[in-house]
Parts: sequence; structure tokens; C-alpha cells
Amino acid sequence: MDKLRIRFEKAGKAAYISHLDLMHVVQRVFLRAGTPLKYSEGFNPHPQLSICVPLPLGMESGCELMDFRVTRDIDAAALPGELNAVSPEGLRFIECYEPQRKASEIKWLRCAGIYEYDAGAPEASALEGFYSRGSVPVLRRTKRGEGVLELAGNVRDFTAAPCEGGLRVECAVSAAEPSVNPELLVRALEQNEPGLRPDFASWRRLEFYDKDMTAFR
Amino acid sequence: MDKRLRRILPTVQKPARYTGGEYNEIIKDKRSVKLRMAFCFPDTYEIGMSNLGMRILYGCINAVPEFWCERVFAPWGDMAEAMRRENIPLYALESGDPVADFDVLGFSLGYEMAYCTVLDMLDMAGLPLRSEERTELVPLVFAGGTSICNPEPMAPFMDLMALGEGEELDIEILRLFQKARDEGWTKRAFLLEAAKIPGVYVPSLYEPVYNDDGTLAEMKALPGAPEKVTKRIVADLDAAYYPTNPIVPSTEVVHDRVNVELFRGCVRGCRFCQAGYAYRPIRARSPQKLIEQGIEAVRNTGCQEATLLSLSSSDYRNLGEVCDGLLDYCEPRNVSLSLPSLRADNFSMELMSRLQKVRRGGLTFAPEAGTQRLRDVINKNVTEEELLNTCRIAFEGGWSGIKLYFMLGLPTETDEDVVGIAELADRVLHTWRQHSPNKQRGVRITVSTSCFIPKPHSPFQWEPQVTMDEYRRRVNLLRGSIRARNVQYNWHDADTSFIEAALSRGDRRVGGVIEAAWRRGARMEAWSDYFDFKRWLAAFADCGLDPAFYATRERGEGERLPWDRIDMGVRRDILLRERHRAYRAELSPDCRAQCSACGAAALLPKGVKCDG
Ligand code: SF4
Repeated sequence: MDKLRIRFEKAGKAAYISHLDLMHVVQRVFLRAGTPLKYSEGFNPHPQLSICVPLPLGMESGCELMDFRVTRDIDAAALPGELNAVSPEGLRFIECYEPQRKASEIKWLRCAGIYEYDAGAPEASALEGFYSRGSVPVLRRTKRGEGVLELAGNVRDFTAAPCEGGLRVECAVSAAEPSVNPELLVRALEQNEPGLRPDFASWRRLEFYDKDMTAFR
Repeated sequence: MDKRLRRILPTVQKPARYTGGEYNEIIKDKRSVKLRMAFCFPDTYEIGMSNLGMRILYGCINAVPEFWCERVFAPWGDMAEAMRRENIPLYALESGDPVADFDVLGFSLGYEMAYCTVLDMLDMAGLPLRSEERTELVPLVFAGGTSICNPEPMAPFMDLMALGEGEELDIEILRLFQKARDEGWTKRAFLLEAAKIPGVYVPSLYEPVYNDDGTLAEMKALPGAPEKVTKRIVADLDAAYYPTNPIVPSTEVVHDRVNVELFRGCVRGCRFCQAGYAYRPIRARSPQKLIEQGIEAVRNTGCQEATLLSLSSSDYRNLGEVCDGLLDYCEPRNVSLSLPSLRADNFSMELMSRLQKVRRGGLTFAPEAGTQRLRDVINKNVTEEELLNTCRIAFEGGWSGIKLYFMLGLPTETDEDVVGIAELADRVLHTWRQHSPNKQRGVRITVSTSCFIPKPHSPFQWEPQVTMDEYRRRVNLLRGSIRARNVQYNWHDADTSFIEAALSRGDRRVGGVIEAAWRRGARMEAWSDYFDFKRWLAAFADCGLDPAFYATRERGEGERLPWDRIDMGVRRDILLRERHRAYRAELSPDCRAQCSACGAAALLPKGVKCDG
């Protein structure tokens, strides 16, 4: 077994580490822990690490998945503890195992958000009503230019409930084809229903799912 | 995390610079520590985290259990603006607490162009800028670092300045301060007592008196002020604190690597070089200690690069031994070892070839001047033959890029010396043509010039800087003389060098200029993104001062200098002797060949010899 997958949390201060920086950070965590990472061949060897679904900067996650290779058998159960002992604040490894499924099977992502309203939150039902409309278009910028993405059908099970400072929301968003950044949900409010727009929103990933809504790990 | 901060972080560039939380960051319980210090670096996180001095002092102060030292960097423009808009005061990375709540703020002043940023950080912290406006004892605001060897330009803003190396001195200052605070001393009583600690300069105990022509008549010592303040050093580097558990940044910084500090001081005695004089005497670490510290730091950080630091690495006596010891550990682990500040000699090239298996990037040399005559003037002990020989070995060894650094405007420089730079570059190119085993790859020779800036405590401290027009004329002369397509020429702006020169040898009135520039919006002036020459001219005008008076005026050898109260170890008559020898293009032997009894050895305890 040289292929392994590790599930980890990236939260608090670590949420501000960019995807690119994270690869470097994790590599060093492995080096400090003495994990026998497998490196690519060539002039500039780099460790073979890959994050299943890159996390946007600033977003927290309790369910990140990363695949990597090792050069010899290791005690996978002990690894998270070894890594946590040498990790920066906010990065916490939970579980390491041989992956049974390919990352390409990931289809949905459940996430929770806090919508902060400084001057009082709207009714939870108003938000729920908005996201269950037959069409929720959002204009977004991609590498290929501006385009309209349809959130209807790509966001499901949206719920909202009052919490301190605003509303706590939860939903599942499409994680592949198309991949929907939950921040687009707020953008959609801005563009279609500005009265419901929160003053600030923060998100946390909870769990990945396959197309049948079975948890993917 | 503060709610306002949480809201602005996603809107700024590279927010990881503003959160802390990196591995090896030092967190203490703020209720149980006795004294909190904010170590303030007046530049970005990326620059500050690459600074060895800051890393040493951070670890060294935190090694005292009852002190907690945290880091503060200057936010980039977008973040500074957002913080001001949201009323978020400057905070420390470890605790997130506002800097104004700390007992002590210690600024690291390594270069003059960061001075405005110091004022901006004080302002962002919500503190008055001038020492006299901060009437309470707490917080204490002090500074250390190379550029305060002329303490006067920043004197109005600092309660005290710590001269030389801080490992012991900073702790002594903090201990005294802790006592003063606990016993409820007045600020004045504390400063008078602090002035008795060797190495402490208290600006308010000296009063500049000026002549009618604007030159300094006297730095009057007020009651309680020592006649001279002598910088402090650490005598035994093996016994001194060294960080083998440094913070590992979670985002890209300029130099993200393990630092191994070979020695302090320099045996060469280049006459333009402030560091070469100001860092004396010469003290080396033992090879065993270096290997030990290097390995430990690589293990503790997971860094993939280690670098050997000093002013002139080739002059470390046991360089081969240290490299071997570190390579034994590093090579099997894919950790690369780099060795900057090498001299252009055979031994160094052999080492380079061993260290850099992959010939990436170019090699860098600093002949500093284009002709042998001018190199003799500045006591840069490198001959053209040596340089070309080194280039030959480099080309044969597979390198295809060479960077050459020079200064324009050195004392006695003529047009012949300027053109000499182009001729030297041509000969390097010729060497490549003769010796490169692989001409298809081509070659890149880069010539860079900066404008010479005379610095305090160097033999050229009396010299005028050339005017900006003259510098530009020499740049154009050189540009016209470089004809080969493979030779690229870069030059530094005249205006930044001119302002730096004015600040570096400024007197206390220049403090007013720094403040005026800040009031006009100056901060982060070391960055071309922010530097604004017109603003500086306006700031000088605001104070009724002429920058040329400080930059391009020759000082009389009898003239009082703003830094006369500071003793950096080297005797004044040695500096003068070197200046006069420069005019005769006469070389002085380096410290290895012959000690010239410069005076710095007196800083060492009895029985300890200078390692020159
Ligand atoms: S004391 Fe002698 S050897 Fe030491 S730095 Fe001075 S001149 Fe060089």
C-alpha cells in the first residue's frame, strides 16, 4: 500500500492559508513528522500530494481530503497524531486510510454558513424561499470570462435558522460539474434580492458526497 | 479572532500574513507573564520573517520565562487602509492584542527607508509619535538595528536606542524596565537609570547645538548622559542563544530557509562598507556548533533549504568542514545547502560546484568598481584575473548566468572607471566564449549599478555623494559603453539613493523631515510601489532643510557628526587613515594577513582574541 488518503480540518487561522501555500505547509508537516513521503523523479523532486477538492481561501473545512504516496508501509492509524504534534494552528488531521474510491466520484458538498446581519436578520423562511426558486441565476467571473451559473438544481436542502448575529444556514452544493463555491449563494442574493443580502458570510465545509448522496471519504 | 478583522481578511491580498498561528510560534499565558514586548519590524511580514536578527531576538527574549515577545509587521497598503477604515488598531500576531496594550515596543531598524513606516506603525497603534509626547513610562518605545548607529534621525521618536547586538542588551533593558514599572518610577527616572546600561543611548539626554551654517556645533551631554555610548556585542557565539526552533511561515516569504550563522564581523575592510566596520570584532562559531544547529533547525522546521550566512562566507576558516557535516545530513534528505556572499576565488567555486548540483540561477559577484585602481581605492581585494578565473570555472562547470554588482559615484571615480565596468563585462563575456562547453545555451551577464551612499562609521563617512545629475550622467556613459547583446544593464534610481543618503547621515532635524514625510502619506518607502520623491522634497522644504546638505556635502574632518557620541568599536583615527589611504589608492591588509588594531578587539572580554 503506497497510496493513502488523509482527512483533515482546516479552520481558524489556517483558513487563511492559500491552496498553494497549503501544499508547502503540509509537505513540511510530513517532513517534521518523519513520514516517508514519496517524491516525484527528476531534477526538482516534489512530494506527490494532491488535495481532492481545493478549498477557497478564507473558508473553513472539517472534511478536507488529501491523497499522497509513501515509500514504505507506515502505521496509518498513528499518522494523524504524529502530524498533529507538528502542525500549525488550525490544521488538524483526523483519519488516514487507504482510499477505496476515486476522488472523481465526489459530486456534492454539504456546508454550513453564518450569514451576519448587523441591523437584524430577515426571516429564515425568506432565504429558504429564495434558494428554492425555479431559477436562481448568478453572474460569476471564471478564467474564461463572465458567465451566468444557475444555482437551481446545484444547491439543495437549503435550511436556515436564527443564531447570534444572524442566520445559520446549511445546504449541499454541487462540488463537480459545475463546482459551486458557496460564496456564490451570497452573490446571488446581492444580484437578485439585495434586501436579503447579509453584511458578511462565512462558510465551513462539512462533508463530501457522491451522486447518490452517500458520504464520500 | 476580532469580528472586524474576520471581515476584512478575505478582502486583502495574502491574508495569511496577518493571522499568525504558524508552526513554532511562541504562545504564552498572558496572565502569568510579567512583561509583554511587541517586536515591531517596519516592513512586510515577508521581509521581516526573512530577517535573522529578528528571529534571534524573538527566540532570545522568549527564552526568558516571564517575558512574552510577539511579532508585529507593517501591513501592506490595502490592509493598512482597511484597518484604518474599520478602526482596527495595530495588533501583534501571536495574541491578536493591540500593540498599545503592551509594556514595550521594540523596533528593528535595519535600513533608513523604513523610518516612515515606524511612525506609521506607532500611529496605527494609537500612540503619539514623539518620545516627549508619551509622558508615561508604559509603553516603552525603543529601537535597535544597524541603521541606528546614527541614532539622530529617529531620536525624537525613541525613548532609547540599543546599540549593537541585542541578545544580552535587550534582556538587561527589559529587566530594568520591569523593575521600574513594578516600582512605579517616572519615565525620566527610568531613562536616567537605563542610560547607565552600556550600549543604551537615551536621545533626550543629548541636545544638538548647531552652528550658523547648519553644521553641528555640539551634541551636548545633559546631566546623567555618558560621554560615549559603546555598542554591545556577544563575545562567545557558541554560548549565545541561537534559534534552532524558528517559526515556519505558512505563506511565502522572501527567504524561507534555515539560517546557519557562521560568524559576525568581516576581515576584509572594504572602505565603503558600513557593516564591515560596524560589526567588528570578528567572532566565529565552531564548526561542531554550526553543524549541530543547522541539523537541529532543519529537523525542527522541515525546511528544504539551509543557507550559511555571514558577510563573507569564504573567510570562515572551517567552511569545508561545516559544509561536509551539513551535507551528510542534508543530501540524503533532499535538503539543499546554499552559500551566498562567496568571494571570487577557486576554493569558493569548488564548494559552489559541490553544493549546487543543479546549476540553477546565476552566480553573483560584486567587484564594486570597474578598474583595479578604483578597487584599490575602496580596498576591495579582488583582481580582474581572479574574477575572470572564477568566471571561467563557473562557465566550465555549467553555469550560464553571471551577475556583477558595482557602485557608481565612489570617491575619486573617473569616467575611465565607469567605462571600465563595461570593459570588465566584455572580458567576462569573452571568457564565456572561450570556455563554455555548451554555447548553444547562451549566456546572460547582468551588470547592476547602484549609487554609492556614504554611511556613518565607515571610512567614507565624510564623503559627499555624487549629485543625482552626475550619477545619471555616469549611468548614461556606462549604458553607451555596454554594446554586447548578452550583457544586460540595470541601474538603481538616483532619487531613492539621494534620499537614503540624506537620511543616513542626518542629524536630529531630519527626524522632523521623516515626520513631515509621514504626514504627507509616506510609509513603506523602501518599496518602489510607494516611494515618492516629490513628497520627500516637500517634507524637507516643510522643515526648511535641504537634502543636498546631508547627501552631497563633504564633511570636514574636524566637523562634529551627529553620531559622534556612538562608539561602534573602530577608532576614528583608523577610519581617517583608511580614508587617506583611499585617496592614494593604497591597500590595507585584511585582518587575516595583519591585524591593524582597529580598536574593536577592546569590546571583547580579557583573554578573548579577535578572530580576524
Ligand atoms: S581587531 Fe584587528 S583583526 Fe579584529 S577586526 Fe580589528 S583590525 Fe581586524
